[in-house]
Amino acid sequence: MTETFYDVMRRQGITRRSFLKFCSLTAASLGLAPSFAPKIAHAMETKPRIPVLWLHGLECTCCSESFIRSGHPLAKDVILSMLSLDYDDTIMAAAGHNAEAIVTEIVEKYKGNYILAVEGNPPLAEDGMYCIIGGKPFVEQLKYAAESCKAIISWGSCASWGCVQAAKPNPTRATPVHKVPGLANKPIIKVPGCPPIAEVMTAVVAYLLTFDKLPTLDRQGRPQMFYSQRIHDKCYRRPHFDAGQFVEHWDDEAARQGHCLYKMGCKGPTTYNACSTVRWNEGVSFPIQSGHGCIGCSEDGFWDKGSFYERLTDINQFGIEANADAVGGTAAALVGAGIAAHAGLTALNRAKQPGAEKQ
Amino acid sequence: MTELTSAASTAPIYVYEKPVRLWHSLNALLIVVLSVTGYLIADPLASLKGEASEHFLMGYIRFVHFSAGYLLSIALLFRLYWAYAGNEHARQIFLPPLLKTHYWQGVFHEVLWYLFLVKEPRKYIGHNPLAILAMHFVFVWGVLFMIVTGFALYGEGAGQGRWQHTFFSSWVLPLFGSSQSLHSWHHLFMWLIICFVLVHIYVALREDRLSRQSMLSTIVTGWRTFKDDRPVDDESGA
Ligand code: HEM
Ligand code: HEM
Ligand code: SF4
Ligand code: SF4
Repeated sequence: MTETFYDVMRRQGITRRSFLKFCSLTAASLGLAPSFAPKIAHAMETKPRIPVLWLHGLECTCCSESFIRSGHPLAKDVILSMLSLDYDDTIMAAAGHNAEAIVTEIVEKYKGNYILAVEGNPPLAEDGMYCIIGGKPFVEQLKYAAESCKAIISWGSCASWGCVQAAKPNPTRATPVHKVPGLANKPIIKVPGCPPIAEVMTAVVAYLLTFDKLPTLDRQGRPQMFYSQRIHDKCYRRPHFDAGQFVEHWDDEAARQGHCLYKMGCKGPTTYNACSTVRWNEGVSFPIQSGHGCIGCSEDGFWDKGSFYERLTDINQFGIEANADAVGGTAAALVGAGIAAHAGLTALNRAKQPGAEKQ
Repeated sequence: MTELTSAASTAPIYVYEKPVRLWHSLNALLIVVLSVTGYLIADPLASLKGEASEHFLMGYIRFVHFSAGYLLSIALLFRLYWAYAGNEHARQIFLPPLLKTHYWQGVFHEVLWYLFLVKEPRKYIGHNPLAILAMHFVFVWGVLFMIVTGFALYGEGAGQGRWQHTFFSSWVLPLFGSSQSLHSWHHLFMWLIICFVLVHIYVALREDRLSRQSMLSTIVTGWRTFKDDRPVDDESGA
């Protein structure tokens, strides 16, 4: 009755050889020693499979798109077969009421023992009416599924931070998963990015399923192993940054030479993600390698800070939207003008005073 | 209004001990260096040509910024120690007597003086009450803010496990939400400190001429001299 991961994979037509290869690959991508491969294999042969329920709220499906393009086809096949993608409204076979029934079935059958993966987020305004799934607000489906899950994965910047649908003034009140009021108190793993890197996604799922525990998270709830360094820390253009060699225009010599994109607004120095090491599309490239700065897509609030092409971004706290130099420079100029005026008045005042001849 | 009295004379009084004076000049120098290099970090100089291996301009600018940042922090720690070890005037900018009415009357009088509404300022051995207010709330807290956010930024580059990250970045980053916001606030507070410095220097020059006690010579030699022999208005007298 209880199927193991291994059983499921075999049923999906994956050979033992491929299975063992997958185990060593997983160990490698998680940064573990080769000795971990047999441990992973053993876990997968003996542990009952944990289903993953993948829900979609307000989103653009870029996380799913990224996920199914995972660089190692093997990893992708294996993981896809491990996930219970009976319910994933983008790629599932069932439709209509049958499909919705699957959610209930998984929740009932695996109470407390399934992983809830959320792509997108619920809008809370108008009782959640801006995102209806199967006739009900998505926020209700989310809360229902969260109630009996083991842990939640917040896929992408939408579920993790809000992303563009939560951009000011956020009319639908799109709200990241961890801020949904009344959501069951479950551990949440944030895997931000727009979209997150496929290999990072598969590795996070593999870790959860094989070790049956959460990867180490940082203070903001992201897996340490992929989000502990900035793009800038491992960027191959970094020597040009340190040298002071910057692209100043998109068509200048420095751009052709591949110099640092800092002055073009690159957000690599303030963005925690694995792009500069793992890269994209099977390690082919990443935005900076293609000549465009990082826009900081895995950072909280990246969508609300003004231009992607300015180094200094906006501070929105004062009701005005301006960068630090605009706010501070203006303040300093006003102070300077005030001082000049005050000095002038002081001189006038002195001149008027009778007998002010000291000094 | 009661005028607190003390020996009413024009005799000079030793106010700012050597460590305070040395700290003042070192601190002023470091703030200028930090502001210039900080500005250049956010808005770098014109790009250099040639091979990357031939230059390290941005690296040097950042190095100077970080070294000055360390010095500023150590100097402030030392100054805090001196607030404890030094004379009563060394404590003024750290412990403003915010609960004393006499102090607030002094602040009020000083404001009137700057609005040209009273003919004469009061007379002080230490800082005047308005100066204490600005030095405490704008300078002391402003510089503390720069140090905390500065080390949090530094910890990001140093990496997890380093003390800068453990003691600063780990809690400051979540507080500001993102590294980009942290940069913006570190940058904005530079302007606050620049505004303080502009006003501070103007006021120091102006008070040197118009107040009833010496200013510039005091921060250089430590001795306060007085221009009249009426009683002083300091909180605690002499
Ligand atoms: C970055 C620049 C500067 C900063 C941040 C700064 C800050 C300060 C601070 C915090 C104090 C209080 C000292 C204490 O009680 O420990 C002070 C006192 C003083 N500073 Fe500055 N200072 C700067 C530059 C200058 C300059 C350029 C001058 C000269 C024009 C100056 C003149 C004075 C004077 C005369 C005092 C004593 C004020 C009094 O006796 O009430 N400062 N400064
Ligand atoms: C009054 C004191 C200071 C001033 C005026 C100042 C100013 C600045 C400015 C304007 C920036 C650029 C921010 C941006 O990205 O827009 C900056 C960056 C930075 N500052 Fe400071 N700073 C001060 C103190 C410190 C201290 C005490 C430290 C600690 C070591 C520090 C460390 C840093 C770091 C690590 C950066 C980021 C460098 C980078 O992104 O490459 N700063 N500072
Ligand atoms: S291109 Fe961006 S990430 Fe790379 S070194 Fe320059 S600023 Fe840093
Ligand atoms: S380089 Fe920056 S903007 Fe591009 S995908 Fe990576 S984190 Fe997102």
